[in-house]
Order: sequence, then structure tokens, then C-alpha cells
Amino acid sequence: MTTTDRVTCLRQQSLDAVPAISTERAVLMTKFYQQELGMVSTPVRRAMAFHYLMANKTIYIGEGELIVGEKEMAPKATPTYPELCCHTLQDFDILDSREKIPFAVTAAARQAQANIVIPFWEGKSMRDLILREMTPEWHDAYEAGIFTEFMEQRSPGHTVLDDKIYHKGMLDFISDIDAALATLDYLNDNAAYDKQEQLKAMRITAEAIIIFGQRHAAEARRLAAQTRDPKRQAELAQIAEICARVPAHKPQTFWEALQYYWFVHLGVTTELNPWDAFNPGRLDQHLFPFYQQEVAAGTLTRDQAEELLHCFWIKFNNQPAPPKVGVTAAESGTYTDFAQINTGGVKPDGSDAVNEVTYLLLDVIEEMRLLQPSSSVQLSKKNPDRFMKRAARIVRTGFGQPSIFNTDVVVQEMVRQGKSMEDARNGGTSGCVETGAFGKENYCLTGYFNLPKVLEITLNDGIDPRTGKQLGPKTGDPLTFKSFDGLFRAFTKQLNHFVNIKIRGNHVIERLYATYLPVPFLSLLIDDCIVAGKDYHAGGARYNTSYIQGVGLGSVTDALSALKYHIYDKQNLTLPELFEAINANFAGHERTRLLLINRTPRYGNDDEYADELMRQVFETYFEAIDGRSNTKGGTYRINLLPTTVHVYFGSVIGAMPDGRFAAKPLSEGISPVQGADRKGPTAVIKSAAKMDHIRTGGTLLNQKFTPQLLKDDEGLDKLVQLVRTYFKLDGHHIQFNVVDAATLRKAQANPEEYRDLIVRVAGYSDYFCDLSEALQEEIIGRTEHEAF
Amino acid sequence: MTTGIVFDTKRFSIHDGSGIRTTIFLKGCPLHCLWCHNPESQSPHLDVMLRPNRCIACHACLDECPQGAIFINGSSSVTTDLSLCIRCGDCTDACFAEAREIIGKEMTVAQVMAEIERDLSFYDESGGGVTFSGGEPLLQREFVLALLQECKRKEIRTAVDTSGAVSWQTLDRVRAFTDLFLYDIKHIDDATHKKLTGVSNQLILANLRQLSAQGHNIILRFAIIPGLNDSEANIRHIGEFAANLPQRHPISILPYHATAADKYQRLNKPYHLTNIQPPSDTRMADIATILRGYGLEVI
Repeated sequence: MTTTDRVTCLRQQSLDAVPAISTERAVLMTKFYQQELGMVSTPVRRAMAFHYLMANKTIYIGEGELIVGEKEMAPKATPTYPELCCHTLQDFDILDSREKIPFAVTAAARQAQANIVIPFWEGKSMRDLILREMTPEWHDAYEAGIFTEFMEQRSPGHTVLDDKIYHKGMLDFISDIDAALATLDYLNDNAAYDKQEQLKAMRITAEAIIIFGQRHAAEARRLAAQTRDPKRQAELAQIAEICARVPAHKPQTFWEALQYYWFVHLGVTTELNPWDAFNPGRLDQHLFPFYQQEVAAGTLTRDQAEELLHCFWIKFNNQPAPPKVGVTAAESGTYTDFAQINTGGVKPDGSDAVNEVTYLLLDVIEEMRLLQPSSSVQLSKKNPDRFMKRAARIVRTGFGQPSIFNTDVVVQEMVRQGKSMEDARNGGTSGCVETGAFGKENYCLTGYFNLPKVLEITLNDGIDPRTGKQLGPKTGDPLTFKSFDGLFRAFTKQLNHFVNIKIRGNHVIERLYATYLPVPFLSLLIDDCIVAGKDYHAGGARYNTSYIQGVGLGSVTDALSALKYHIYDKQNLTLPELFEAINANFAGHERTRLLLINRTPRYGNDDEYADELMRQVFETYFEAIDGRSNTKGGTYRINLLPTTVHVYFGSVIGAMPDGRFAAKPLSEGISPVQGADRKGPTAVIKSAAKMDHIRTGGTLLNQKFTPQLLKDDEGLDKLVQLVRTYFKLDGHHIQFNVVDAATLRKAQANPEEYRDLIVRVAGYSDYFCDLSEALQEEIIGRTEHEAF
Repeated sequence: MTTGIVFDTKRFSIHDGSGIRTTIFLKGCPLHCLWCHNPESQSPHLDVMLRPNRCIACHACLDECPQGAIFINGSSSVTTDLSLCIRCGDCTDACFAEAREIIGKEMTVAQVMAEIERDLSFYDESGGGVTFSGGEPLLQREFVLALLQECKRKEIRTAVDTSGAVSWQTLDRVRAFTDLFLYDIKHIDDATHKKLTGVSNQLILANLRQLSAQGHNIILRFAIIPGLNDSEANIRHIGEFAANLPQRHPISILPYHATAADKYQRLNKPYHLTNIQPPSDTRMADIATILRGYGLEVI
């Protein structure tokens, strides 16, 4: 359907709204903490803080809205979380004035920050505590860009909701909590009192979110009394009824289901600022029973359902990711908060889960074309091709959504990690590409790990050449290595050294969150926190997985391949010659650089020499991390994804043996180095499939195509077949970057970085960079024409 | 051991038959079509292709050339006297900038099969396979035959992209192992055909009739070259000819594209079609309509 006037208007409002800092939450939180509460346990205190926010924050219901509730007072008003990290006035100034991803800061917000928030929280936030608790070697590695730390500004998140809220109102959760409280065994269980406090805290937050719903009901009634438009008056009356029912009671309609989820979303993201905003996960599965029942009863049409979903989508777009502290003017970040709504996949019994609502959601994704929420297709071999083809039609419109996941592999990954088959099948992916047992797992990304930086340090006997500091152990002057194996052993030692520093830091940080910032509201939503009487941060979830995300797999593989091939196997170069070229950033060594980039077996070409090295790096990284314990009774796993950190990680590394110039970006995800893959998408897929995706918790593969290649049905079919084959080879995820003219322009200017870009020319396809300038111009012209 | 001269291998080839395919390009062609978009395919021998824009003037090629065929022109740009060149490839090995390339590589059946088999999973999923193209692949008859037989032994679907300008005997030997022929028709008028391609069309058309009569899968291919073969008369003649074949075969019409001009330059060959503009979409649609008028499926 086309969007209704209401939706067009709300969507435009959302697009036009200027992201702004709102200090309401920070001020309320400060006022709460300023009260003298006496002897109150930490979980209860956090629950009371949440209750205070829910009872006192401004209620916003926008004109024409069907789904109601905002984090702050208006769309895109963005809260801060001073108990996590406290923005300085300088932070505010930079956010307000930076060119990209700005946040407007009003004089009033600045004043509130200066007079109320900063005086109370400065030096006392979780971030301050974390940075104080970390060891000097952790700080050195962190500052060198060997790894990043996810929890230094945001709380552990990366979890997604399952179907429980569609079956239970908050009053039912309260009954569950009371039942758990009633069974506490104070005689034999010496943790009984701690559990009591956790459960009391969860109970308070459940009551708080009910109050939050009721306050929306009251506001809707107030607005209804004011409006003269009888249609809107009826709508507001209905909104008031819905908000009086959910979240207290379980939803009875499609509309109530969406509104309930939205209250829960606001609750989780107001309680703290968890990474990768929480989302409803398998939304088509959750909504289908409501949809089916109401359509059959004649109380809901497809168009009405679609309009409600449009309104729901816009709500996500109204929530920019809260900005960081300690930013420099050059840093910009992103407004995206990675809420990834899943479609398709399998049912708990393993059968095809695609239903009518799946297609409805795909329509909504295409029509809304919004940055947020993000969306994904969970593709099982049991799902019909037409489902993938429908998604491919959206892919070709070129806004990067939906991304495509291999459900059958996602399930196997989770089962390998020890999850039950049913929990695995009810799970999916979130954030970028991370697998999770929705509603039952704390799966926590702890930071990115810079694999090529570790190689650079290895080549310098443990010293970071950028600062001259000895960061790693002395693993030997590389000139003394007799063979490539000696070099690789040194690399392995360095890698383990830095992984250990990272994990040691994580162990402390996990306990800091468990001790000081429990999240009772999130906990009551995630199994089995209530039953266990434990907080989400303390191991209350059924599954607790920690990840360290490897970055630069393609770059490190190509660099190792160049070393092995040219230095040890073919002896085209000596190590001193190579170091001389690298130290000069290849100035005056262009021929050497061309040897490295053009005459090295490189990852992404289905070349066994390079791909074997990729596997060796993969296994080394896996061995260093997989199976180690975290503090929550759970386990470390690996995944391979970069978001945009491959740019930052590249900026801290000098020229490398793969021919990459100093400070240039690294390869992203498990994709080959930009321009290194020259044998087309099937070769990339073959290379990428040579690692064992099933032993990860997610990998990210990016492919570029031009719209022409996907112009007709035949092109879409080929895309589907390409995806199906990658998935048959156990690939985890693939996304298609359908490139626009701007990218083609960049490719023209920097052909070396875009060697892999395939374009449909006429009756055939070719590498864009191999075409004559005139033809490139012609294709750019066509692309501009076709993109929109 | 049977070997052949291959000048390119293209994976994820999606316009040369059904599904995702690998196309093997074989060197040598009896035709010399004015619009040929693979001019490097014409000669059965190795060629040298130059991309001076990539040259970094390291002059490694000069040192490597055993013939002294490479020298510095007054303006300091590297110049190659192709008449002295023996295609040994020493210069291309030394050219890390990839400004010099030898076109054509002698390969064994096993080597080509290894390339083909890399994408088996993709063929399986998509109903694809291998396409032998060129040049005229059937000029290297024994080599292609060996490859086709090997593919059939391994249950790989095969297609042959041919000009038809080979003996019936040749076609007769390969046809049992070929699932699909992509068969080019350029012009029905023999005199014009000679002028445009350098050869008569009599054998081509007779072979096509014969293949059709034997019940083979054929997709006809008609490249539309404005001003050369897109007269209403020729289009109608082609329609009529196709309609009168023993079987009905789909016909694929391909618009001319000036994509090859720079390839001619790199090969130091003259390109004669500098003034031809690609046919418009409406023109292509009109041609399709005419051909459909003969009961043909236009793809």
C-alpha cells in the first residue's frame, strides 16, 4: 500500500527532527541520587531510580501518533546517562558544532549540565571507575589501538526480546516475582537475601513501567478532551484504553502488542544505555497470532496493520544513538543504534517460519526506508526462494537493508555454544551480525581486537612503532626467524598476550556493572533472572556469552601471505628491503608496493595459499578466546565484525607488508582487502566460506553490486542463488552494497581500492575499474538515473 | 596431453546461459567482425596487451626483454616493437604494475577443469555450468571436445558459444556433449556478411539448420550494430530464417556497445567503428517486436 497521510507526515517529522541533547533524564537521575535513602541495597536503589524516572519524566504524545512514548520530551531528543559517563561542557560544544552527526545543545541543557549534572557526577561515573580500575598495560594497549572497550561508555546490552511479553502482562511478571520470593530458602541458600533484593528490585521496575503506561493513558485522555477533531478524539480514546491495558496486562490486539513492546523498549533504554539498542527480534513471529486472529475476526485489515507498523518503525527512527563523551571534533560516530528486526527463519520445531506478517514487514521496510530500525532476513534452506527474492528487491534499492543471515548456521552456532535446540531456533541475530538466544541470553560484545596491529607489533619485537613503547613481550627480532613458522609463532604469542590483557580487563568491568549498576527492569525480561534471583549483569540470564570481535582478517592475511610468499618461499625480497619500504611508507618503493599488491596470493580469490593463512589466523584467534570463562558463569566466543572501527584501527598502523599505506583503513568484517579480490563474487564467497563460521557467533561479509546487475528478475534470481550457495557452504551473513554513482566516482578516482566492483555493462558484467573512462562515465550516468 | 590456448576465465558469468556459470574464453577466431568486443581473441597466437597508464617507468621490462623489443622513446615513455616480440612473457613477469599482459595461456584439460570445478556449488544451486566461448572455441576442436567430455563425465552442464563458422564434422563431434549452443547470427545477406566479418555465412547458416534439425538446444544471438546489420530488411530476414528452422529457438538481441575501443588501443589494433552509437532502448524494443512477429521468443 502507499503510506497514509498520517504516516507520511510522521515520517517526514522524524526525518526533519534535529537530534538534540535532552538533560531531563540526567537531571532526574541526579535529583534521585541526591536524596538520602539510608540503607538501601544497590539493586533496589537502581529500581527506585527507574521508578522515579518513569513516574516523573515528561509524557509526550505527538499529533497523529498511533504508537506513543518517547525517551525524552520529543522525537530525537536524546538522553544522557551520567551514572555511566558524564558529558563535559566541552563535549556538549563539540556535539553541538561538529559537522557530521551533530546533537543540538540548548542553552538550558548546557546550564542544567553545568549546574546540576556535572557537579554531582564528575569523576564519579562508571567510566571513571573503569578507567581507574584498569591496569597500566591495559591502558597502553587501549591507547595503542590494539583493542577497544565497549563498556566504557555504554552498559552491556546486545540482547533482544523473545515472545514473553505477548503472553504476559507486567502484573503476570509481578506474580512470577512474588512466587520466586515465596520460594526463597533463607535457611539453606546463603544467597537468599541477595536474591530477595534483586527480586524486590525487579518488582519495583515492573510497577514503574505500569505507571508509565497509565501516565500515557492519562495524557491521551487529556488530549482527547482538548481536540475538536472527532476522528483524532476517537483515536486518542483508543490509545488511552490501550495504555491502560498494556503493559499491565498481556496484549489482546496487534496494536496493543506493538504499544506494549514500545513501552518495554523505552524502559530498557531509559534504565541504562545498553549497547545495540534492544529490539523485538522475531517480530513477524510475535505478531502473526494477533494478525491472524484479528484479520479473521474482521477487526483488523492488512492496511491498518501496515499503518501501525509504519508508526512503530518511525518510533525507532526517533531515537538516535546517545552520543559519546570525550569526543574530539573529528569523531562523528553514527545515529544508528543497530536495532535489527528479524524476519523469517524457523519455528521452534524447525519448520519454515515465513508467514504473512513476514511479507508485511518487508513491505514496511521498503516503504519506510529509514536508517532505523535496521532489518534482517533470516534465511533457512526451508524458507521459500520468493521470500529471499522479495528481500532482494529491497536490497537493490540500495540502502543496505535488509542484511541476510543463514538461519541454519545461526542455529548450529548456538547449539555448539550449548544452547537448547528450541532456544536456538527461537533466536536470531542482532546488532550487526551477532547471534543470540533472544530473551534468554546476555551476549555481550566487549570490544574490537586489531589483528593487523598485533602483526605490526610482532614485526617490531613487541614494540609499537608509532610510540616506541614496548607493549608486548619480546618475541624476537624478525630478522632472526629462520622460517615463516617462527614468525607465526611470535604472532601467536603476541596475540595471546593482548587477548589476556583484554580478558583480564573484562573480568573487572563485568563485576563493576554487576556490583554498581544492576538492571532490574532488563533482568525481569530475560530468562532466567527471576527464577535465579540474579541480575542480568551478574549471570542471571540462562546463557552468558562474551565476545571479542576480531577486525582486519583480510588485511592480516594478506600481510602474512606477502611475508611468507615473498620473503620465505620465493625470496623476491629480503626482510630488510621490505622494512625499508614499509618504514618509508613506500615512498620511493613503488615497485615493491606493486609487487606486494599485485603479486601476492591474496584472500578473497579462492586461492588456497592465501586462504590457508586466513584459516591459520582464524584458528589462532579462536584458540586464544573460545571456551574461556567470563564472570557470569558463561563463556567467551569469537566473532568477526568491524562496524566502522576498521577505519580507526587502520589509522594507528603504519604501512604493512600487504602494500597498504600507513593509516589507511583495514579490511572490514571477513571481506577481502578493498580491491584485493579480483575473481568475482563466487571466489570471494569460496574464500570466506573456508573458515568455520559455525564456531563463531557471527561474521560479516560485504559485497558490492551496481543497481544494473540487479535490474531485472534474472539478476535478482542470480543474487538469490549466490546467497543460497554461500549459505550452503555455511556462511553466516552476507550483505549487498548496491553502489550509487557517488561510489562509482570514488572508484574512478581510486581504482586500486575498488578493483572488486562489478558493474553490469551491457549484455555482460565487468569490473568497473577495467572500463574506459568514457564507459565509466556512461555507467555513472545510468546509475544516477536508475538509483532513484 | 591435449592443451589449448585460453585467454580468459570468467567466474560468476551470468549472461552466457542459465544460472551462474564459468565462461572459458578460447583464443582464435575465423571471423573478424568489425565490432568484435574481444579483439584479443581473434589471433590464435599469444598477444601482448599494453596499458601505458599503469606504467610507473621502472623500466624492468627493458632489462628482461631478450629481443631488445622494448625501448625508451625520446619522450621517455616505454615503447614496444611488437614485430620483434616473441611473446616469451619475461617482460610481463617483471611488470608488477601490470601495464603489460600476455593474452593467452597454454593450459591442459586438467588445469581448465580445475578452474571450472571451483564453482560447482554455484552451478548446483543455480542450474549453471560452464560456457566455452572465444574467439571461436571450436577452432580448438580437440581441446574443447576433451573438456566437454570431461564435463559430462562429471555431470557439469555445458554450453558452447559459437559463430558456427566451423565444419559440420566439428559440430557433429561436440554436439553430443553440449547441452546448449549459443549461436551467433550476424547477417543474412552473404555479401554483406563477408564485408562485416570477413567470411561467408553459407556454412554458418547450414550448420545452424542442421543442429536445429538434430534437436539441439540453441539460443540464437543477434548483436544489433546500428548501420551495419540493423536494417529492417536484415532483421526481417533473420526473423524469417529463424522461424523456418526445424525447431523454434529463442533469440537474444544484444545492443552494440563501444566497450571494446580501449581494448583495440591496448592491442595496437585499429578500431573502425568510432562513429557508431549504441541503439536506444526503444530501438531495441522495436526490433524485438519485429522478431516476435515471426513467432520468435525474444530474450
